[in-house]
Amino acid sequence: MQNPVIKIDNLSKDFVTERGDLIKALDQIQLQVKMNDFLCLVGPSGCGKSTLLRIAAGLEQASAGTVCFHGTPMTGPHREIGMVFQEYSLLPWRSVRDNVSLGPEFQGQTKKERREIARRFLQLVRMEGFARCYAHELSGGMQQRVAIARALANNPEVLLMDEPFGALDAHTRILLQKELLRIWGEHRKTILFVTHSVDEALYLADRIVVMSARPGRIREMVEVPLSRPRDRGDPWYGRMAVKILTWLEEEVSASEPNR
Amino acid sequence: MKTITWRIIVTLALPVLVVLLWSFLARHIANEVILPFVGQVAHLLFRPTENLISMGSLLDNIVVSLVRVLLGYALAVLIGVPLGIVMGYYGLVFQVFNNFLSLFRPIPPLAWVPLVMAWFGVASLATLVGIELGQWYVYLHNIKFSMLFIIFIGGFYPILTSSIHGVKNVQKILIDSARVLGARESDIFRKVLLPAAAPAIVNGMRIGLGIAWMCLVSAEMLPGSLSGVGYLITHAYTVARTDIVIAGMISIGAVGAMLDLIFRLWENRKFSWQRQQK
Repeated sequence: MQNPVIKIDNLSKDFVTERGDLIKALDQIQLQVKMNDFLCLVGPSGCGKSTLLRIAAGLEQASAGTVCFHGTPMTGPHREIGMVFQEYSLLPWRSVRDNVSLGPEFQGQTKKERREIARRFLQLVRMEGFARCYAHELSGGMQQRVAIARALANNPEVLLMDEPFGALDAHTRILLQKELLRIWGEHRKTILFVTHSVDEALYLADRIVVMSARPGRIREMVEVPLSRPRDRGDPWYGRMAVKILTWLEEEVSASEPNR
Repeated sequence: MKTITWRIIVTLALPVLVVLLWSFLARHIANEVILPFVGQVAHLLFRPTENLISMGSLLDNIVVSLVRVLLGYALAVLIGVPLGIVMGYYGLVFQVFNNFLSLFRPIPPLAWVPLVMAWFGVASLATLVGIELGQWYVYLHNIKFSMLFIIFIGGFYPILTSSIHGVKNVQKILIDSARVLGARESDIFRKVLLPAAAPAIVNGMRIGLGIAWMCLVSAEMLPGSLSGVGYLITHAYTVARTDIVIAGMISIGAVGAMLDLIFRLWENRKFSWQRQQK
């Protein structure tokens, strides 16, 4: 078997609340992400899936265990690991173009190179006509397209996505799922995608990781055998959706007294 | 067309009324030490380069005051903005400075006068650069350290406070997304924190300039002061020239309002993104 791009080993994360209580957010997570893998994480809310992603991005430190990128333990954000957030994260004082070329700007590329990169990646997300707009002039879906272009403009090997379509309406969401699969097909990135939508996971992923309620552990791992583009009417699709939803329901009801 | 006329009428209604009331009262009181005629004050304002009670012209004194305020204020900006940004971003720096600085915040700038006089006396920029003769001595000696200090204190706190809050209110997501894109610490400061906090900082700078300008009169009443609008009006009072007092006050108000307007125009132009975001 080929070496994993990301290897999460025995990862745990504890929080201390303002009142001084200790909360175990993640408990002994073991996960390997292979090259070109499209992996979706689903789980009940508060199960620490976003925390897991933030640790993988180098934005937070683990309490125990490691995240390795090509065998090297992560100590902070890494150029080869990009991230798209659920919240709209474009810098509001910069035009769309200047947002997309932010990564190349931090790398010290010239203005001419940055323009060209921005043009290319805006074209990729079909936003080339909006280069001079500002975030407040765009819809939520458009902002997330730009955020994806911005993450890709740094040419990372891995793309971490934290419920990127969570705030969008159903129609826009399905549209962007298709776009993401197209981009993933063209650019062969390794994607780790957090969602609370079972449908989204089944539509997108090669593998689905189902997490338990707090403390977050990996409960199930599902391989999706369907070819793309996927048919939401496929019997396996429906059966698996019901199965995953049942697991999640068990998790939610098991942790009910604590909620 | 009607709306423009209407707006002019609405804007001018109150000032016109006040001037009418003033001229009525002035005629009624008929004592120009208590209340001079409108015409006397207008005469002074329309001839700003005329020498007044051998203290130089109104315009000269305004320029002297402006230079003082801008110097003291520049100092407040130069120290207040960077310190505020660093205090807003690093919790430890905030803890180190905040309690200490909060101790001095409630002290009115005027309460500093005795201490400032003890420290600086009549030392000025001329003392600093060592010039004791000639035209430059006259210019530089007008800029007393004691005045700069009072003006600095006035401008410093609003600038500091709004810089701290500006940075503290920057959405964490913006910093996080810059970090995953490979931003170094210096990039975070220059390309995220500073622009994101800029509207708050500039707003604080505007308020700071207003207060610095207000500290002018107290600064110019300090011993050793022989010029400036603040000094002009106190001196005019001692020689019972109330018309000069009022003309000076109107000038102080007008210059202050103009400085404020410049800032507001700047804010509107530069930070339209913030208004439209809401």
